[in-house]
Amino acid sequence: MSEREKILEIRNLVFSFRTYGGVVHAVRDVSFDVRKGEILGIVGESGCGKSVTAQCILRLNPEPPGFFENGEILYAGQDVLKMKKKELRNFRTREVGFVFQDPMTSLNPTMRIGAQIEEVFLSRTDVTKSEVKEKALNILRLVGISDVERRYRQYPHELSGGMKQRIMIAIALVSEPSVIICDEPTTSLDVTIEAQILDLLKELRERLGTSVIMITHDLGVIAKMCDRVVVMYGGKVVETGDIREIFYETAHPYTQGLLKSIARLDMDKTDVLTPIEGTPPDLFSPPEGCPFAARCDRAMAVCQRYMPFESRLSEEHMTRCWLQHELAKGI
Amino acid sequence: MLQIEDLCKYFHVGRHQDLKAVDHVSFDICEGETVGLVGESGCGKTTTGRAIVKLYEPTSGRILYRGKDIFKQNKAERKAYCGNVQMIFQNPYASLNSRMTVSEIVGEGMKIHGNYTAKQQEDRILELLKKVGLGRDHMSRFAHEFSGGQRQRIGIARALSVDPEFIVCDEPVSALDVSIQAQVINMLKKLQEDLGLTYLFIAHDLSVVRYISDRVIVMYLGGIVEEATADELYKNPQHPYTKVLLSAIPIADPDKIRSKERIAIRGEIPSPINLGAGCRFYDRCPYAMPRCKEEAPLPKEIAPGHRAACHLV
Repeated sequence: MSEREKILEIRNLVFSFRTYGGVVHAVRDVSFDVRKGEILGIVGESGCGKSVTAQCILRLNPEPPGFFENGEILYAGQDVLKMKKKELRNFRTREVGFVFQDPMTSLNPTMRIGAQIEEVFLSRTDVTKSEVKEKALNILRLVGISDVERRYRQYPHELSGGMKQRIMIAIALVSEPSVIICDEPTTSLDVTIEAQILDLLKELRERLGTSVIMITHDLGVIAKMCDRVVVMYGGKVVETGDIREIFYETAHPYTQGLLKSIARLDMDKTDVLTPIEGTPPDLFSPPEGCPFAARCDRAMAVCQRYMPFESRLSEEHMTRCWLQHELAKGI
Repeated sequence: MLQIEDLCKYFHVGRHQDLKAVDHVSFDICEGETVGLVGESGCGKTTTGRAIVKLYEPTSGRILYRGKDIFKQNKAERKAYCGNVQMIFQNPYASLNSRMTVSEIVGEGMKIHGNYTAKQQEDRILELLKKVGLGRDHMSRFAHEFSGGQRQRIGIARALSVDPEFIVCDEPVSALDVSIQAQVINMLKKLQEDLGLTYLFIAHDLSVVRYISDRVIVMYLGGIVEEATADELYKNPQHPYTKVLLSAIPIADPDKIRSKERIAIRGEIPSPINLGAGCRFYDRCPYAMPRCKEEAPLPKEIAPGHRAACHLV
């Protein structure tokens, strides 16, 4: 796996927002990479910086109030943060697709589905006007929509949530991107529809070899979909690893806490949920040390003051926790 | 304690068109138990919950509370009922008045139902807030100053303020983060033990429902498809829809979920307007037969307390 080509590298990304209440340090020193053809999960609770990180990749966060303090995002050797306007436009439209959480607000309510897809074809690819309709119908078929001729003429409000999310995926696929970023693609959908959309994304990955970045708070979705996982908390990456390492050799107390706090279908009636007490840190004035120290039941004095180094547990498995430090072994 | 008999709630959505949100639903809730009501959006679970707290007047059918019809009460009975039955709402951002302080929100019901002096009321508000994990310094704050989990706690304190015996929890945790969800669920469980409450727990998340409920009712498009004890339902589901629903849930365990066999299901939930005569699940059911289209299945008892509405069982 590790030999796989990296197509996107995020290095030491620091992104903040200036607000009237002060500076919100949303993303604080985040690094990870995305490899060819993999599904990478980014998991964390609201406010952990997962969406902001994803939007940084395409520079979708409004600047101002947002601004990059540090870091680089490398795509094919080129830094996205240093791209000129035209290059950035090209990168956004041709190289990366983005599927948003809420399909109701991401589609234009006044345009027919067909016209919306054709518009993207004409602006992003070299398709000519005469072939565009055929292309649009094909891509609708690709994402599993039946009765495409009818759908082509319909407006977004005539479609169900799951159908709209399929349209969003179709639009993201138009330019045959090498990466698709899905920001909570199934959060607003019912479970049976969620399963359909997740299957579709998996199938598309197999068929087209596209890398997928899957942003979600749902560990079930992660378990089902991902090859590798990045766990974020308080604007930082606390653990990354192979899917099995994250679930079965969990190293960071936050990840452990998350796994223990979710109700699972396969648990016994006698099992108790162990919640993580407290609330996530305030990112206006983030703690100096480990962001999780205040809620961690194994926190030590050093955790309050210093951010832990990266500890490598295996080739893929990395965590930032003082408990993994050499001197803390056996605690 | 509560008997729902043949409850129907139709909404008019145009000339000669009815949206059958709840269609001939019957079930009982016994004292001290937690009944889970699950289903996907549009299945009528919230409408049922709202009819129980009298937020909706049903089109037909009866709801009996301790043997008495709740829609034929006199004034005193009505007031007593409102004190005994409370609701916790789904969206903690919309269900608290943003112009009222926490102590006003929690104290409002007590003014109507209780007979407290100002001092007693304040003490009781504080006691309630402590019960849900808040404190004195939260009393004079406004709802917008709290996080989602804290707001949900305020909503729970408000529901408890009139000493209810039955609480309808309408998706109380679905708007919260996972680590906060567990806090609120455990708190609801503890309150139930301490105060002997009865819950109707409405949710779309089957794993949460299984954890908290004694009995689970699965709804689809306005009707009950299956009803059983929580363990029975998960170990031995009978109705195809329940099976599909259970197989669609992503379990947070990569090995298990990847080896799990998923029952594929086509299509989406059809519109509840102008439903056909047959089984509601006919269009999407992987096991549908011609008979299912013609004739709606009646609930059949498979084992004591386990009922399913399907021709196949």
